Amino acid sequence: MSLTAPHPTATGPGGGAVAHDAPPSAGRPAGRLRRGWLAAGVVAVVAAAVAGIALGPVDLPLPAVVRALLDRLPLVDLPSGLSDRDLAILWQLRVPRVVLGLLVGAMLATAGAGYQGVFRNPLADPYLLGIAAGAGVGATLAIVSGVPSGRWWIDPLPLAAFGGALAGVVATYALSRSVSGERSTVSLILAGVAVAAFFTAVQTFVQMRNIESIRSVYAWLFGRLATTGWNEVVLILPYVVVSSVVLLTHRRLLDVIGVGDREATALGVPVTRVRVVIVVAASLGTAAAVAVSGLIGFVGIIVPHTVRLLAGWSYRSVLPLSLLFGGAFMVLTDLIARLALAPAELPIGVVTAFLGAPFFVLVLRHRSAS
Amino acid sequence: MTRMPGARGLLPTLVMILTLAACGGAQTSGGDAPTPEATASAAPSEAASDAAQFPVTVEAANGEVTLDEQPTSIVSLSPTATEMLFAIDAGDQVTAVDDFSTYPSDAPTTDLSGFEPNVEAIAGYEPDLVVIADDGADLSTSLGELDIPVLVMPAAQTLDDTYAQIEQLGAATGHDAGAAALVEQMRDDIDKITGDLPGTDEPLTYYHELDDTYYSVTSNTFVGQIYELAGLTNIADEVDDDAGGYPQLSEEFIIDADPDLIFLADTTCCGQTAETVAERPAWDQITAVRDGGVVELDDDVASRWGPRIVDLLRTVGDAVAEHAGS
Repeated sequence: MSLTAPHPTATGPGGGAVAHDAPPSAGRPAGRLRRGWLAAGVVAVVAAAVAGIALGPVDLPLPAVVRALLDRLPLVDLPSGLSDRDLAILWQLRVPRVVLGLLVGAMLATAGAGYQGVFRNPLADPYLLGIAAGAGVGATLAIVSGVPSGRWWIDPLPLAAFGGALAGVVATYALSRSVSGERSTVSLILAGVAVAAFFTAVQTFVQMRNIESIRSVYAWLFGRLATTGWNEVVLILPYVVVSSVVLLTHRRLLDVIGVGDREATALGVPVTRVRVVIVVAASLGTAAAVAVSGLIGFVGIIVPHTVRLLAGWSYRSVLPLSLLFGGAFMVLTDLIARLALAPAELPIGVVTAFLGAPFFVLVLRHRSAS
Repeated sequence: MTRMPGARGLLPTLVMILTLAACGGAQTSGGDAPTPEATASAAPSEAASDAAQFPVTVEAANGEVTLDEQPTSIVSLSPTATEMLFAIDAGDQVTAVDDFSTYPSDAPTTDLSGFEPNVEAIAGYEPDLVVIADDGADLSTSLGELDIPVLVMPAAQTLDDTYAQIEQLGAATGHDAGAAALVEQMRDDIDKITGDLPGTDEPLTYYHELDDTYYSVTSNTFVGQIYELAGLTNIADEVDDDAGGYPQLSEEFIIDADPDLIFLADTTCCGQTAETVAERPAWDQITAVRDGGVVELDDDVASRWGPRIVDLLRTVGDAVAEHAGS
């Protein structure tokens, strides 16, 4: 999980490999969200969802799938002609998985954009503040403790991962405050690195003491949109909604903070309070996403940056577009994870990085050239 | 053949015999029969060990290993090798086994680890033979420097590998006769179980579950071949075999494939039972779940390649017999 921790030297504004985090005043006119991009985002979500529901290792005829979906609408009675087994595959496996992908992708991308704004660091990602390592400890403990899945209404694994993620964030905060009186972003990020290293050590120790469960642990670490019906969707929906709403309502303040703490304070923005609110909201949402999907890397970095490169630097467009495109991106990568080796599956984290990284470089090159 | 000071000249011949024998999977022996003096010095049990044949050379996965004397202080870091050693009556010579060697119950389990082996801890038991399944930590070199012979016995690919490993252990411990008897018993049992299988018009299909993220096995694996012996068809064989025989299956594919039998090799690791499987969303659509065809296996029996593989085949055969008519 060291890949989720930023290199300490890359914590300065504009540092690191991606030096394009220009202030909103530079370049294109400071942007409110353009309707064209908003429409594109909605289209992407709908298209990804339709593809994710229509396609899979099991061939379900598209017209029948459409009829089955319409049949679920109130006042519509349209027999789909699908067998009970196909309907079960559709409603209990495929549709919940697509919905979960939308929620997780939207959450990770939005939280990533929020972190990048708050820390003014292009390499900040949702797993920054000890969340990934904390969730890893929680998940590993749940797996080795052998509490079977399927015994309660919800698996113990996501609950333990959620608790671990929150423990990681809280430890990072406590450590950061204890080493520096003021809540500087640098001390917060460095505290996150320390907490991640410590939790990763604990996780590795527990894992090596229980080597027989290593496959389950790795399956979780690599990320997986595993659903048990609608349980996971119900579990994370409230967190995703609250977190997204909080982040979206702070999008203008993020633009102001992007200018600099001193300038923002002079403009009357309570910088510290805004920062805490955003970090808490993003952490809570990320913890919920991690709990049900494991560690799916790169989404929180690649999606916001691609959106930024295409549609402008203002958080007024970056946050809502990250939400939409993040959800669409996750559903499409999960579709590839399901289909590439069908009927076997790939870990989704492999797909997000394998496709996301080259695509991101393409966009970066294109923008630099133009 | 008598034991003389000059018997060292026999060594090349022995090496050749043993190497050929190990490769062919046939019984390995340094002498045609125990000499009277050897029998006198050996324990007077019916499966008397044969100390006369030492020194012997055994061909294991790490090459030729020569044992000058019959080992009396064996450390096994492989749960399968532990089961084999006890099954060929070499259990008395075993001093320590690793933390996962849980069978048989009188095996001297210690906190030694086969995955994170500690050379000093192993040497502390003063072994005269160490058996391991995996030499990733290069134990054979580091223990070799301490003049401790090491046999590497990796996971078997076929039943013949299992027989060969049993015979190699028999040769290395002076229990050729016990090893040969065990192999013969296993062959007979397997023949009997497969011979008693009911005939089916259409082969039953099965899904073998390694954990609750739907990792499975294809027929190209050791355990997959056991199911093949029972005449079953594996739903995972539709996967291009690029996951080394252990693919992670799509849940919807499993449900669509509708296996007649489900074998759970994740009852210990992941607490899975026929009940938890039945509660999974959409799994009630599977024939195996509807017709009571979910079989709970012992994780260990289903993941080792030792003598108890016969027990696994028997369990599978019973399930086939029960569901063949339906």
